[in-house]
Amino acid sequence: MAGWIVALGAFLGRSADTTGYGLVLLSRTIASAPHLMSRRRIRDCLDLAYSYLTGSFVVTAVVALFTGMILALNSGLSLQELGQESLIGRIVAVSLIREMGPFMTALILTASIGSGIAAEIGTMKVSEEIDALRIMSISPVRFLILPRMVALTLVTPILTIYAGLIGILGGIFVSYFQLGVGWLAFRNDALEVLEFEDIRTGLIKSVVFGITIATVGCTQGLLTRGGATGVGQAARRAVVVTFLLVIIIGYYISWSFLT
Amino acid sequence: MITMEEVHKVLGGRKILDGLSLEVEEGETLVILGRSGTGKSVTLRHIIGLLTPDQGRITVLGEEISAHRPEVLRRVRLKIGYLFQDGALLNWLNIADNIALPLRERKAHQEDLIQSRVEEVLSEVELDAHGLKFPSEISGGMRKRAGLARALVDHPSIVLHDEPTSGLDPISSNVINHLIKKLKGMGITQMVVTHDMSSAFDIADRIALLHEGKVRALGTPKEIQESTDPAVQQFIQGLVEGPLARELREEPDESEPQEESEAS
Repeated sequence: MAGWIVALGAFLGRSADTTGYGLVLLSRTIASAPHLMSRRRIRDCLDLAYSYLTGSFVVTAVVALFTGMILALNSGLSLQELGQESLIGRIVAVSLIREMGPFMTALILTASIGSGIAAEIGTMKVSEEIDALRIMSISPVRFLILPRMVALTLVTPILTIYAGLIGILGGIFVSYFQLGVGWLAFRNDALEVLEFEDIRTGLIKSVVFGITIATVGCTQGLLTRGGATGVGQAARRAVVVTFLLVIIIGYYISWSFLT
Repeated sequence: MITMEEVHKVLGGRKILDGLSLEVEEGETLVILGRSGTGKSVTLRHIIGLLTPDQGRITVLGEEISAHRPEVLRRVRLKIGYLFQDGALLNWLNIADNIALPLRERKAHQEDLIQSRVEEVLSEVELDAHGLKFPSEISGGMRKRAGLARALVDHPSIVLHDEPTSGLDPISSNVINHLIKKLKGMGITQMVVTHDMSSAFDIADRIALLHEGKVRALGTPKEIQESTDPAVQQFIQGLVEGPLARELREEPDESEPQEESEAS
């Protein structure tokens, strides 16, 4: 019993340490934002944003398309039983734009980019490259963290909009071919209820998720210890912690906008 | 030029440095020997300010760095080059860009001056033809030379080498030794951590043998070779039995302590 309590205490202590480290890292990254004014840093941000975008473009499209199709099929069949299948447009559009688009994109980016950032920075840590930067008086925050944070914060909303649109296309496809709801009926119903507020909520979430994915990935990377095993653990922890944070933060943003 | 006075350090619950005192004169090449885990790399990390002593005082180029003041560290680090065991080059930059990195990030010079300096140091380490290659495309010995070129690019007064010949074939090791001697000829102060005895006797002005966190023996290569201390003789002859064999300690995880946050 005592051993269990000690282990729990140690886990909570480590979690608190990591959270504190992540928050300090985030605040220092924000404080170093004026260094973005250099042409070299802007180029770093754009290069990374391009690589994140191209690396996630196809998988986001496939996941979004099928999510939209599943959503339309499940909701549509239930609505059809009630003779209300014409309401399918609003359900698919609002769900995808406000909730599922940002979540879906965040989860894809966490698995593909967030884990990659943790592994990349973790490898740099164990191979002494981070120490080399510090010795050369190059701040790892300005040189490594800031560009990744900015790139991911730019890319996440773009991919969220893209995922939303592709998901809606999937919804239209299923509505037309399997539920017999025409494209115009789908569009009119979606536009009737879709408000600017829904798009704004989705975009705000995506920006917060982007910052979260980058912060957790960088934090886990910088806290890596040991060799290849440590790098693997950092990548795995980055995915698990970001998944949890995205779900929790997403709920609170929805709650604050809906109430 | 470098002074360590009664430096103590505990890492991961283990006493690594236990009142280490050491002095390196200007232009001198001091080689640090010792078994794994005796604090050789930890000593270098203290001198560059990656670690702070629990007790004791470290002065480099007349500035006390043990107080760990960021502006002092920055000033001192600008005058120190550091060669890591595996070069610690950034994988996504080619060799020339890796070498140019400190100059570009500090915005110290115009781009054309940076490029001509990079070509100069590439030539010094005999990597003229490899500037456009990436670290993964060159051998371990070449990566070490590239790391050395990066350490030299901003005309340091001090160069610290962490196991510069480990894992290299005898010819590549001799190339590195030759470069270290060349730097000695240029009046650069150097500290070299190594396990390579022939390299140590070849390049050193003085040799320090660390044992139990302290300097066990210090002297010229000749004095060390002729030392009557059984620990010194055991180490240089690589004998299994002797006073050093009693202390079979594991290499500490030096990545664990992060006193200077990466966020700085």
